[in-house]
Amino acid sequence: MAEGTFQLELVSPARLLLSRAVEMAVIPSAEGEMGVLPGHAPMIVALRGGVIRVRENGQETERLFVAGGFAEVTPTRCTVLADEATPVATLSRSAAEERLREAEAALAELPADSPPERREAAMARLLSARAMLESAEAA
Amino acid sequence: MPSLKDLRSRINSVKSTRKITQAMKMVAAAKLRRAQAQAEAARPYAERMQRMLSSLGAAVASSPNAPRLLVGTGRDQVHLLVVVTADRGLAGPFNSNVSRFARARVRALEAEGKQVKLLTVGRKGAAFLRREFAGRFVGEITMLGKKTVGFADAEEIAARITAMLDEGGFDSCALIYNRFRSVISQVPTEQRLIPATVEEAGGRSLDAAGPQAMYEYEPAEEEILNQLLPRNLAIQVYRALLESAAGFYGSQMTAMDNATRNAGEMIDRLTLNYNRTRQANITKELIEIISGAEAV
Repeated sequence: MAEGTFQLELVSPARLLLSRAVEMAVIPSAEGEMGVLPGHAPMIVALRGGVIRVRENGQETERLFVAGGFAEVTPTRCTVLADEATPVATLSRSAAEERLREAEAALAELPADSPPERREAAMARLLSARAMLESAEAA
Repeated sequence: MPSLKDLRSRINSVKSTRKITQAMKMVAAAKLRRAQAQAEAARPYAERMQRMLSSLGAAVASSPNAPRLLVGTGRDQVHLLVVVTADRGLAGPFNSNVSRFARARVRALEAEGKQVKLLTVGRKGAAFLRREFAGRFVGEITMLGKKTVGFADAEEIAARITAMLDEGGFDSCALIYNRFRSVISQVPTEQRLIPATVEEAGGRSLDAAGPQAMYEYEPAEEEILNQLLPRNLAIQVYRALLESAAGFYGSQMTAMDNATRNAGEMIDRLTLNYNRTRQANITKELIEIISGAEAV
């Protein structure tokens, strides 16, 4: 591995999307965007819906949308387990709108006395769908 | 002695059977390749999930309010068995092997005085197990009409399992499916889902990563674990579904290959028989003509 890089792996249940040495990755952690550089302290973070940005050779080379998941960071490696991952360029706006509508409906249908975990999960889905639409529009 | 016409129609019918089995073999081979690729593609995720879980699980498992998905209910009375079979037959011993394995497990557990509940995925296993264990069924899932197994299907099954656990429906959950060892060999396997198995992987990864593998968690470990465990359950189910699908096509391919070969042998035998009969008829007619001519 070249100096100043770390191994970034992005996997979704369907496939391995990315596995190579990069200089920096910005990942949408549940508590805010997080930049990962080589030598980062070991961490395990939950992700929210958002865009992973990858920097190589001083340029932003890849933008991928993830719909939530987890990331494991170690000094030499960053593994992102995405629930679903798509390159931003291939995001479809209509699919994103569709998903947003579904998520809104699911949240609205949730009975008022449902446990907070369920409510939070529905909320997270809605936010993820909103993020998807935003990134689809930006692309 | 069958007549020539009978033999001819037998030969034709076996020929068309052979055509069908040959086509099925071809289709199974093509689908096998796709199913295998899909199973392969899911592997990296499952492996990394396992790694992450083992480091997390080790940290949380000892605490008293560890999530139920990880440690179970602490009892060992009610067992839920999720039996994965195919929806279709014509695949040799594929379905009956796993069903019989499941039946043996149910009997063994009940002999120990445990209570068993069954959830089947796939029509064939359900039909087999219903004959004997109809009272223990809690659900049946079929994938009929779906072209490929999607992660969403696995999530649905996992959600059902989780819901049952939350209601206190069982204490321990295991998955029974055909593990894909190779195209010609599928092994019925039992895999424990709840309580989750993390020990062995944990020991190894800690050694490899050394003492600095103390992770920071964001948000808190328990919260991450609460999100991670249902995912893990889903991915385990997904993996089993994919392996089972790949195994099914492998088994079907082998079965259809055998059937095609057997049909070929049968055609050869029948053709020989047909020619002999035809020759015998000709000889008989000749004898009749000659002896008729001699008598004149």
